[in-house]
Amino acid sequence: MSAPAGSPHPAASARIPPKFAGAAASGAAAPSGPGPAPHHQNGPAHSQMQVPSGYGLHHPNYIGPSGHFPQGPGKMTSLPLESQRGDYYSGLYTVPTQNVVTPCTANQSGAQQMYGRGPPAPHVVGSTPGSFQGAASSASHLYTSASQPYSSFVNHYNSPAMYSVNSSVASQGFPSTCGHYAMSTISNAVYPSVSYPSLPAGDPYGQMFTSQNAPTVRPVKDNSFPGQNTVVSYPSPLPPPPSQQQQQQQQQQQQQQQQQQSLSGYNTLSWSAPGLPSTPDSLIRNHTGSLAPTNNNPTNTVADSLSCAVMQNVQPRKSSPVVSTVLSGASSTRMPSAAKHPTEPVAPVTQPSELIQQKGMQYGEYVNNQASSAPTPLSSTSDDEEEEEEDEEAGVDSSSTTSSASPMPNSYDALEGGSYPDVHSSSASSPAPDPAPEPDPAPAPAPAPAPAAPQPSKMAKPFGYGYPILQPGYQNAAAPLNSGVHPSSQGYSGFQQYPQQYPGVNQLSSGLGGLSLQSSPQPESLRPINLTQERNVLPMTPVWPPVPNLNLELKKLNCSPDSFRCTLTNIPQTQALLNKAKLPLGLLLHPFRDLTQLPVITSNTIVRCRSCRTYINPFVSFIDQRRWKCNLCYRVNDVPEEFMYNPLTRSYGEPHKRPEVQNSTVEFIASSDYMLRPPQPAVYLFVLDVSHNAVEAGYLTILCQSLLENLDKLPGDSRTRIGFMTFDSTIHFYNLQEGLSQPQMLIVSDIDDVFLPTPDSLLVNLYESKELIKDLLNALPNMFTNTRETHSALGPALQAAFKLMSPTGGRVSVFQTQLPSLGAGLLQSREDPNQRSSTKVVQHLGPATDFYKKLALDCSGQQTAVDLFLLSSQYSDLASLACMSKYSAGCIYYYPSFHHTHNPSQAEKLQKDLKRYLTRKIGFEAVMRIRCTKGLSMHTFHGNFFVRSTDLLSLANINPDAGFAVQLSIEESLTDTSLVCFQTALLYTSSKGERRIRVHTLCLPVVSSLADVYAGVDVQAAICLLANMAVDRSVSSSLSDARDALVNAVVDSLSAYGSTVSNLQHSALIAPGSLKLFPLYVLALLKQKAFRTGTSTRLDDRVYAMCQIKSQPLVHLMKMIHPNLYRIDRLTDEGAIHVNDRVVPQPPLQKLSAEKLTREGAFLMDCGSVFYIWIGKGCDNNFIEDVLGYPNFASIPQKMTHLPELDTLSSERTRSFITWLKDGRPLSAVLHVVKDESPAKTEFFQHLIEDRTEAAFSYYEFLLHVQQQICK
Amino acid sequence: MEAVVFVFSLLDCCALIFLSVYFIITLSDLECDYINARSCCSKLNKWVIPELIGHTVVTVLMLVSLHWFIFLLNLPVATWNIYRFIMVPSGNMGVFDPTEIHNRGQLKSHMKEAMIKLGFHLLCFFMYLYSMILALIND
Repeated sequence: MSAPAGSPHPAASARIPPKFAGAAASGAAAPSGPGPAPHHQNGPAHSQMQVPSGYGLHHPNYIGPSGHFPQGPGKMTSLPLESQRGDYYSGLYTVPTQNVVTPCTANQSGAQQMYGRGPPAPHVVGSTPGSFQGAASSASHLYTSASQPYSSFVNHYNSPAMYSVNSSVASQGFPSTCGHYAMSTISNAVYPSVSYPSLPAGDPYGQMFTSQNAPTVRPVKDNSFPGQNTVVSYPSPLPPPPSQQQQQQQQQQQQQQQQQQSLSGYNTLSWSAPGLPSTPDSLIRNHTGSLAPTNNNPTNTVADSLSCAVMQNVQPRKSSPVVSTVLSGASSTRMPSAAKHPTEPVAPVTQPSELIQQKGMQYGEYVNNQASSAPTPLSSTSDDEEEEEEDEEAGVDSSSTTSSASPMPNSYDALEGGSYPDVHSSSASSPAPDPAPEPDPAPAPAPAPAPAAPQPSKMAKPFGYGYPILQPGYQNAAAPLNSGVHPSSQGYSGFQQYPQQYPGVNQLSSGLGGLSLQSSPQPESLRPINLTQERNVLPMTPVWPPVPNLNLELKKLNCSPDSFRCTLTNIPQTQALLNKAKLPLGLLLHPFRDLTQLPVITSNTIVRCRSCRTYINPFVSFIDQRRWKCNLCYRVNDVPEEFMYNPLTRSYGEPHKRPEVQNSTVEFIASSDYMLRPPQPAVYLFVLDVSHNAVEAGYLTILCQSLLENLDKLPGDSRTRIGFMTFDSTIHFYNLQEGLSQPQMLIVSDIDDVFLPTPDSLLVNLYESKELIKDLLNALPNMFTNTRETHSALGPALQAAFKLMSPTGGRVSVFQTQLPSLGAGLLQSREDPNQRSSTKVVQHLGPATDFYKKLALDCSGQQTAVDLFLLSSQYSDLASLACMSKYSAGCIYYYPSFHHTHNPSQAEKLQKDLKRYLTRKIGFEAVMRIRCTKGLSMHTFHGNFFVRSTDLLSLANINPDAGFAVQLSIEESLTDTSLVCFQTALLYTSSKGERRIRVHTLCLPVVSSLADVYAGVDVQAAICLLANMAVDRSVSSSLSDARDALVNAVVDSLSAYGSTVSNLQHSALIAPGSLKLFPLYVLALLKQKAFRTGTSTRLDDRVYAMCQIKSQPLVHLMKMIHPNLYRIDRLTDEGAIHVNDRVVPQPPLQKLSAEKLTREGAFLMDCGSVFYIWIGKGCDNNFIEDVLGYPNFASIPQKMTHLPELDTLSSERTRSFITWLKDGRPLSAVLHVVKDESPAKTEFFQHLIEDRTEAAFSYYEFLLHVQQQICK
Repeated sequence: MEAVVFVFSLLDCCALIFLSVYFIITLSDLECDYINARSCCSKLNKWVIPELIGHTVVTVLMLVSLHWFIFLLNLPVATWNIYRFIMVPSGNMGVFDPTEIHNRGQLKSHMKEAMIKLGFHLLCFFMYLYSMILALIND
């Protein structure tokens, strides 16, 4: 797609905007409109949401991620060990650590999570019993094969899958929301700093607690209480399952089930809070499936941390011996796995469970659950698990023992995934098919009549028949999806029908009663919304990404939206359809984010497609045991001998159970085939500006202090090297060679031809020369205090740095405080201050010279990344300087008007940013390749990197805070496939010198109708992609072009929707539910620093905002674009979540309008990197005193950047809320307390993007403007 | 005299044809991943100015020698070359910028451009050849 200006020629710009939209445009219909559903639901709804969310959180959204995430929670319980690692890898697992804090807490959290997961499954059952069973059964089959280690994963997935099904099928509201929640939590979890993982679970639960605890508890007691953990519990669980089955058949009974399930879900919630042992058991029973996974997860996670598949295997092993017999007999694999872990300690218990399982094949799920429940308590004890792990590791090599029992056919089915899902998907997608029918539908698609037999295995077989066909699964999946989405092709008509179709949901809601489901019968994503009449478009809760409308299996396996998102979760079949939809098609990636849980696979052969080099992933199909078909190029490949053996289960002949095929996000330890040279050590070079300007600003003290504090935490191994350079008009090197008594400063004044005075001793081993380094860092801040040198020879310094780094590669951190004024790369001031608020032309957004770009490319070629810290009070031409980071895959930090004493908030921000910067994970000499299914092609990449060849991004460094975007076009019609996949493979050298490959795989459905395309729009992803495109347009063409393009994106997409899909009044401004936030977000973008006009904006600020848009991952970018506003003077514990023993209140989101501000209130605005607390004049003095520590409004100082730690309830709530929001951000946020009268309030008010400003529309005016444009 | 003009034009045109072929080959190498963007662009940027000069010289020569038709035929292409060269943003490394060549289908448009130029130069080649022979005969 040449959408953005195909060429830099201004002439071409005339119709640019439309192209812009059109180019990227494509429609995908996603049935689930999670966002809206949550909104509608109020208090009660929340509770429901939460319940599922607890579980759903992880699973529903992304199957793939779910695996990870679930594990994450699991880890929390068991992982303390890992968390402690704190190493390079710790980054991945950071989250767990916090959670882990104390074993007790860990257990609780784990329990919560486990419960959470468990509950979802039950929910699913309730909503669509038929589907539920089917899914469960299938899942169980898959797992039965006894790949226990994986089974755990599977379990997770299963539970999530269940959810997803519900969501897609029924009103998204319920399941989808859950899924969304899960997502949110997950995203939070992503960042190590916060103990998010626990939080997510907590959120849902927390809410649950408040209102629903009482009811939930009761049911729990009834069912589960009798038998807490052990044998006793099993019997109790058994009875329920049968009842459930019956119920499934009868919808009426469904309600009951739902209630039970819901109860269970709630129970789980309650559990988390109390952390009672007995309760967990009950919960477990209810959720069996889910619980089991959780147990497994912890173990798995541990294993992951260890980084070996082996570890996973280990766990299974132990369990397996006990269970093995059971497995063969029992249909449900999950159970075994779950049971197994616990089993060791309590062998007898597990066996009974197994027996039970065998008896009730249909009930397998429940049984499984029970079994799992039994284990859970055991698992909670971290010690046991750890031991198991160790044992397993030791025994990994030993031959596989147990799982022979699993029937091959089933496993294959599972492998194909696609085929399986079909059945499920049909049931799931179509609301109409109730649980009972599900079994039937499954057989229908599949040739083999799977007897509705309760056994899942049978179900699987039909699919198995399908194998010969190329992509049976996929084919099947597609059709169901469509039907599910909208009965009729046109969204509207279909939409109305929904309520009827989802009886299950309604019943659920009724059954839940006070709990609350507001059944949202309609697919929210397609509900037509008259934007001009809808006062409250913004939901009260955060917006979650839509869940792709896939079948259960695939949903479970799919990649987390935090890592991988597509603007259209339903991919249009043809470019023509995409053009019709006028929506951008692209991917948003966050490939290296900190994960709490990540399967790491060590294997001699990494299985890849022989023609397209795709890594084997969960969406490939196994044609038979020896061959698999690539899901990107459709080539049939052989399964290598080694792959036949599953280290987790120690079984042979089950390639589909391998972790590579069970997780959409995996990490491989690469062999030497993946190295061009021996893995490089971690090398860090600091290039510091020490001109007068820099000394005056005083950043050196902060930097040296941070470095001293974090010297031991720098990621790296024993080979880590570090070096320092300073520069003003000359360049100073520091010889830190071991053996010197003190650092030796070497000055090179020939800046026209820079040379290295002593090439060997400038970069020194961190550990060997630590004392010298510390001496230098202590001395550095005072060395230049009297300097009179005002010039800055940045260019030559960078050249020298390049020379220094080129033998190894590594990271160069450049600190610059002014415009470079000497030598190569000198720059002139280009900003005209009078033009800052110009509404016409904003010039100089592009670089002034190609020096920095060339340098960056040189650096990139030598695997060196340049990170720029610009601490400047004047114009420094960031547009030019940023090039050094942009193309070398570095990152850019900008601290306008930095001064260590005059601007303490910036100083503090620098300090915090440095801490994160120095200690976060880092990958060296990385390349990233993005592959997609044949027919799709990528044409434009956004982010900091160098595109070395068509789909290969060269990343000298990769850091966990880097986000990327890719624009896609559809080159060939996708009519012969119903699923498309995207795979990102990031090959990097870890700071420990290991070559690793992190692979994410995302699977999305293909749709043929425009309505489906609209139903699947991920509005946040679309906005972020548009923002990236608009940055490109601003630079290559002009800012006004970019702004027009943004407006046209809204106009075109809404008018296309109005003229093609919606048949309603053409005079009104109608948007589908999935796009209802689109105009708001675009308006927010237009008022963003990067794109605003008419408001005084410094050029560097603008350019920095653009750099951020290009390089921030979606979650952070969205906060920059559309801040969150909360009212904080009346925080309550209602709906609060629990994180690390802290209660975090969850106030509702307010819309960004002054109408929401009251003088009596206090409001918190979260803008990503800045927090504002606005205090109204009439704010309650109690609040001011309790939270701010001042007696009344008048005594609050003008500049306040900290909240005092007061020992009052409201202070505690406020602080815990803010801390929670701050956690896990790449950029630490600065807090400003803004009084209503203070001059600083304009900064606060400029973020109220729904209000009118002198230079920009209000939201309503913008809507009218859009409407006018459409009517033209 | 006339013959000399066309002999020169013919030689110049041959060079331009070779240059076009070289552009196409290099670009398709990049497309096929045989070379990386950096080396591709530095190779091509080297020849942008020679190409521009070579073509401009012929165009001017035609104007001077009053071959209006051939001059007008060459004018748009020469203008395009100059325009493209002038419009390179200050931060770019030349007409071919390695950081952008993979974006927004630039590679394809460069390829298309090189193909069109090749066709154009071939056409010119035969025209010059014909004109040269005619001129030689007339002499």
